[in-house]
Amino acid sequence: MSALLLLVGLPLAGCLALAACPPAVGDRIARWLGVVVSAAVFMLAVVISVAYDAARPDALDTEFDWIPALGVGFHLGIDGISLPLVLLTALLTFLSLLYTVGHLPAPGRPRAFVAVVLLIEVGMLGTFVALDLLVFFVFFEVVLVPMWFLIAVWGGEGRRRSADKFILYTLLGSAVMLLGFLLVGLHAGSFDLAEIGSSPGLSSSLQLVAFLAMGLGFAVKAPMWPLHSWLPDAHTAAPTVGSVLLAGVLLKMGTYGFVRIALPVAPEGAELAAPWLAALGVIGILYGGLACLAQRDLKRLIAFSSVGHMGFVLLGIATLSPAGINGALFANIGHGLITGLLFFLVGAIKDRHGTADLDDVEQLGRGLYARAPVLAALLAFAAVASLGLPGLAGFWGEMLALLGAYQPAPGLDAGAFRALMVLGGLGTVLAAAYLLRMVRRVNQGAPAGPAVRDASALELAAWAPLVVLVVVLGLAPGLLLGVTDPAVAAQVLSGGGP
Amino acid sequence: MTVVSAVQPIDYAAIGAPLGLALLAIGVLVLDLFLPARRSILAVWAALAGIVVAFFYTALVLAGESRATFCVPGGCSYAVEPWTTVLQLLVLGAAAVVLLLSATVVHESRLPAGEYAFLLLCSVTGALVLAASRDLVIVVVALEVVSLPVFALVGLRRRDGRSSEAALKLFLVSVVSTAVMLFGISLVYAVRGTLLLGVPGVGADPLVGDAADALEGVGVVLVLAGFAFKISAVPFHAWAPDTYVGAPLPIAAYLSVVSKSAGFAGLLVVLSVGFRDPVSVWGPVLAVVAALTMSLGNLVALRQRAAVRLLAWSSIAQAGYMLAPLGGLGSAGSPVPGELFDDAVAATVAYVCIYAVMTLGAFSVVAVVGRRRPRNLLTDYRGMAWTDPWAAGALAFALACLAGVPPGIVGLFAKVVVFRSVVDAGAGWLAVVMAVNTVVALYYYLVWAAALFARQPEEVGEAAPRPAGPPSQAGAAGWPARLAVGLTTAIVVVWSVAPQLVLAVRETLGNSAPPV
Repeated sequence: MSALLLLVGLPLAGCLALAACPPAVGDRIARWLGVVVSAAVFMLAVVISVAYDAARPDALDTEFDWIPALGVGFHLGIDGISLPLVLLTALLTFLSLLYTVGHLPAPGRPRAFVAVVLLIEVGMLGTFVALDLLVFFVFFEVVLVPMWFLIAVWGGEGRRRSADKFILYTLLGSAVMLLGFLLVGLHAGSFDLAEIGSSPGLSSSLQLVAFLAMGLGFAVKAPMWPLHSWLPDAHTAAPTVGSVLLAGVLLKMGTYGFVRIALPVAPEGAELAAPWLAALGVIGILYGGLACLAQRDLKRLIAFSSVGHMGFVLLGIATLSPAGINGALFANIGHGLITGLLFFLVGAIKDRHGTADLDDVEQLGRGLYARAPVLAALLAFAAVASLGLPGLAGFWGEMLALLGAYQPAPGLDAGAFRALMVLGGLGTVLAAAYLLRMVRRVNQGAPAGPAVRDASALELAAWAPLVVLVVVLGLAPGLLLGVTDPAVAAQVLSGGGP
Repeated sequence: MTVVSAVQPIDYAAIGAPLGLALLAIGVLVLDLFLPARRSILAVWAALAGIVVAFFYTALVLAGESRATFCVPGGCSYAVEPWTTVLQLLVLGAAAVVLLLSATVVHESRLPAGEYAFLLLCSVTGALVLAASRDLVIVVVALEVVSLPVFALVGLRRRDGRSSEAALKLFLVSVVSTAVMLFGISLVYAVRGTLLLGVPGVGADPLVGDAADALEGVGVVLVLAGFAFKISAVPFHAWAPDTYVGAPLPIAAYLSVVSKSAGFAGLLVVLSVGFRDPVSVWGPVLAVVAALTMSLGNLVALRQRAAVRLLAWSSIAQAGYMLAPLGGLGSAGSPVPGELFDDAVAATVAYVCIYAVMTLGAFSVVAVVGRRRPRNLLTDYRGMAWTDPWAAGALAFALACLAGVPPGIVGLFAKVVVFRSVVDAGAGWLAVVMAVNTVVALYYYLVWAAALFARQPEEVGEAAPRPAGPPSQAGAAGWPARLAVGLTTAIVVVWSVAPQLVLAVRETLGNSAPPV
């Protein structure tokens, strides 16, 4: 059995095992089973990344016929673009389930909760390793229903509305995306990305249509302004683990789709649409920043900050240049680690105070430095990482994206992109403003409000890997760029498939 | 007309299944006379046994064969081809599930079992013949044989006003659509000079010229009206919701699956065998009908509070998806390349098959719940996942399939196949309408599925808060319905893991019609 099949199959097996368990037994073992399975998946991902050889990326490919009638092959593969995301997914799921051991959101039901999280992991990992358009689509959709349950059953206030909004928005995007896939697949005669890449191209008007259709699906997921409005609600209502996975991984499925599918399959369409994509990305940066300044709810604030950060990713992709795309991939990972950490921390603060409302001084209090020094220090750390302090992981991705905008791919209007770069740069200032404001209001000041527990050992265990990685990637960005750069050069920009 | 020998040779093997079932229908009616009242349910079991035998007969003897009978020089009226067999198997399989549900419901609602089994077998016979008919007269007769017994079945709950009203509504709409269809056939006959399908104007004196083409086009569109009624497409859809609610539940399932599949079988026979040519006339008409049907069905379904009514509107909407591949052909230019046409036929057949199984799955669970909750409101399903996890799981899976989101992968691929055919034919607008409809539909399926997993039964008036519990104390007669749940769920699960099993129908069909 191939490693990639195992990677997707393990969490699925865990999920099915839990579903088949009698409820009483299942509820007792669920949390630990979840930790064990997700740890195994993470170890497997690490083994795969050690075994990965940039010179022969297709060594791990798995392919067998699934639906010959439609020409759909179950083709999985991994390369420098997907490898970091696979690791990120496996890590965040593992940490989420570890955190769940001590913090199961109401109304409990551990068996169902863990099964749902594992099913989400199947979808996320599958999306990143699929090399067939329809297989990609299936995995892309697998995430929807369990995530809906995660929000609608274990969520906070307004959970049903938010969950419905999430799933309907995403499905509308992906239904149109499917049409784009079909258009491409029917014209190329295959749904396999490797074969589509090497087949004679579509006409440029068809490419534009295909790019827009596929892009709509990715843009809703990413999310791109003005299709983002599902995101703040979903993140706010979701339980902590849900927010971590949503922000940490699900959003990346959208930007990954752009890099993996939309750009190589429809390069001319991408070139036509790039300035618009960049402009919408920059609007997202500014809009996200301004919206954050106006937020009272901590979770909502972090959610809107995601809109801004993903704006940088979209800008980087839109430059169609090596620097920009590498920056986008880096920012993907950086944002996943940092925002994952932020949502963990904000969730912990909310659990302790019963509210995340910044204006609710009575409940939320002030001066967290004095009341829970470790938690407060971590929040401050994550905040400065998120605002892009050089030396931490948040810096490189956004810097490279802006650099890419300074010198976009030949054929794009450099003047326009430079103007967008300046506006995007303003966004980093806004990020500094809202994050420091948040730190000031939560952490600083004379201690007030209830006495709270500081971070527990379990929480620290779940958060420490993220902190370490944020520092490591900040100090040695080459670790990640060395993996992504050859893949970007070989697959995205050459116009050839993987 | 050429003189035909008075005695035609008949290929009894080809007509074995419908002939056997017709004889069995009479046998069951006679048997019922001799059965004591408390054992009358045996009639339903006898019918089920007959259907199962017919199923295996068709699957083992006729699969892959091409036979024709009732021939005159120039063509045959009855033909068994691979794609006919697929549709016949679908009808038989679905009828078997309906009979399983009936075994529970007939017993508990004290319906007259003998008449019930007789009528149902007659209707199934008609459906089998319809799929194999290659002659407009046979098409009409078969269509009426499908419909007439159903009027009686719908009205079988004699002391129930809703039941009689439903039967009357069904009857009136049916009569109107048949009249329109007959008029269409007469126009086609006037032009072609023959009633045989798949035979280009061999009759006495076929008309030619532009006027004849126009006349034929009008005739074909009118013929479609008859089928639009059967498949409950707009504007002949209005009977469906009231009829489904008024009819005994298995009959609602029958109308929604078997009768609808038969309608599609007839539609495919007429369009793909008989009228490939004037696709530029009927294609756009069907495309518009498809778009309207799915949109109206989904929008109205959003507001339903009762399970059966919701399934009725959902089944209207699904008919829209099933029409889409044929409608899309209207954008493919004329004449349509043969492969494109075959793809569209295969897409329709695949969708009808998948639709049948997932809808029967939903209906089976509704029948199980309906035993204790006759009103069958969506609120009756609240918290069912905790009280009756297997049935709830089956319903959730069926709904996921109908919505076309994983884990209902087979439902997803059913839509993919239709999308593919529509996009391939170049009807982008129809594909986009369908994409939007998929999203609208997701909402109401989701609301229903979510109710299953609700934390507690909601406090609404006096209807709450009894849990929708396992029907264990309601007697042992529930097992056939539960078996139906298990069967349909097993099939959708297996198809979801290996969609190839059902999508391979494209290869089975091969070239579905003679070259034009």
